[in-house]
Amino acid sequence: MEKNFRNLISITDLSIEEIDHLIDVANDIVENPDEYIDICKGKKLATLFFEPSTRTRLSFEAAMLELGGSVLGFAGASSSSAAKGESVSDTVETVGCYADIIAMRHPKEGAPMVASRRTTVPIINAGDGGHFHPTQTLTDLLTIKRKKGELGNITLGLCGDLKFGRTVHSLIEAMLRYDNVKFVLIAPEELRVPEYIREELRKSGADWKEVESMEEVMHELDVLYMTRVQRERFFNEEDYARLKDTYILDLEKLETAKEDLTIMHPLPRVNEISVKVDDDPRACYFYQALCGKHIRMALILNLLGIK
Amino acid sequence: MNIDGVTTGIVLDHIKAGKGIKIYNYLHLDKLSCSVAMLQNVKSSKYGKKDIIKIDELIELDYEMLGYIDSNITVNFVKDGRLLKKEHLDLPETLTDIIQCKNPRCITSIEQEIEHVFKLVDREKKTYRCAYCDVEHKEYK
Repeated sequence: MEKNFRNLISITDLSIEEIDHLIDVANDIVENPDEYIDICKGKKLATLFFEPSTRTRLSFEAAMLELGGSVLGFAGASSSSAAKGESVSDTVETVGCYADIIAMRHPKEGAPMVASRRTTVPIINAGDGGHFHPTQTLTDLLTIKRKKGELGNITLGLCGDLKFGRTVHSLIEAMLRYDNVKFVLIAPEELRVPEYIREELRKSGADWKEVESMEEVMHELDVLYMTRVQRERFFNEEDYARLKDTYILDLEKLETAKEDLTIMHPLPRVNEISVKVDDDPRACYFYQALCGKHIRMALILNLLGIK
Repeated sequence: MNIDGVTTGIVLDHIKAGKGIKIYNYLHLDKLSCSVAMLQNVKSSKYGKKDIIKIDELIELDYEMLGYIDSNITVNFVKDGRLLKKEHLDLPETLTDIIQCKNPRCITSIEQEIEHVFKLVDREKKTYRCAYCDVEHKEYK
């Protein structure tokens, strides 16, 4: 398939066909690993992480290493010249001389777009503040596709902090493009999705509802996407104390769930999913982290023009 | 009140009353050596009141900026006392370095000498969003 995008800044840079292609390549990587073992030999990925990350940075690095390429970069602004006041533009123009592709995380919104304007090397947005995190969305889409066989015809529950969670907003926007997806938004009133997302849901004509209780809707769900309810998001301690347990998933709450429910979480988890759920076959959040490596391998290959 | 007509130059007509001075400043008309007249609160059958700016010279205009400030403006080009052409403005699709992003989390708040770029996302509601952080610019409304 011909590549129409040079960078990945937002999930909306990708058409449905391009997402399908990345998913196909990610699946082919698992089915035919020998074909990919040295496919990026001689190519270098720079991971420029101006703020900390575990999964995203390591999965990018593991992805490139598994493709036979090499990695370089830094894992915090303090270990780069950003600490001396260097601009994003200058950092990226310099790194563009050393690497073939760049994955970048920055606390400021729009930083990867600035980077993409200053170098001919492909830029992957690995998270820009509370703005976008497109490779997490690709990870989520691959996980749903692998577990459910398709990206349409499902009831998707999203639970927890739906107001500030960028992964939730991107996933809703991405899933709105598929047929017959029912959205069940489970959140306290304080943490409901922002108005622009509600507006998009209304415009799309999708079936959606907002509820406060997880138990009330558990039996309907095909996928349950959990997020963390953070203490600092509440105006007062009493509200937090009142609501926090409501949004902790445990085995008791799962009693009414479907046998083939897919439980997802972008991780890191703090306490919103009981560790006892980890051994339940429906728990897919660590599998989701594995999917993250596969889809990033597919993305690297695509942006380098290899596959 | 009468102001002489322009022989060769530009007349910016149908400016929303009160916005004339803003345009005067944005176009740096005070730096020109030719005659410039700014009329405020002129009677208008269409709008009730309007501002008009007359510039006695053909100068380069920033249509992006003019369209953003007031998309109802009519630009009349006059040569040798005759109307050469009349142009109607529209809200520009992109604004570059006309408005500033006020989101403190936006990269434009720290990156040196970066262009501030906004995209028109809703023509009806005149909504512009920062091309970098997607935050809506509120000042216009």
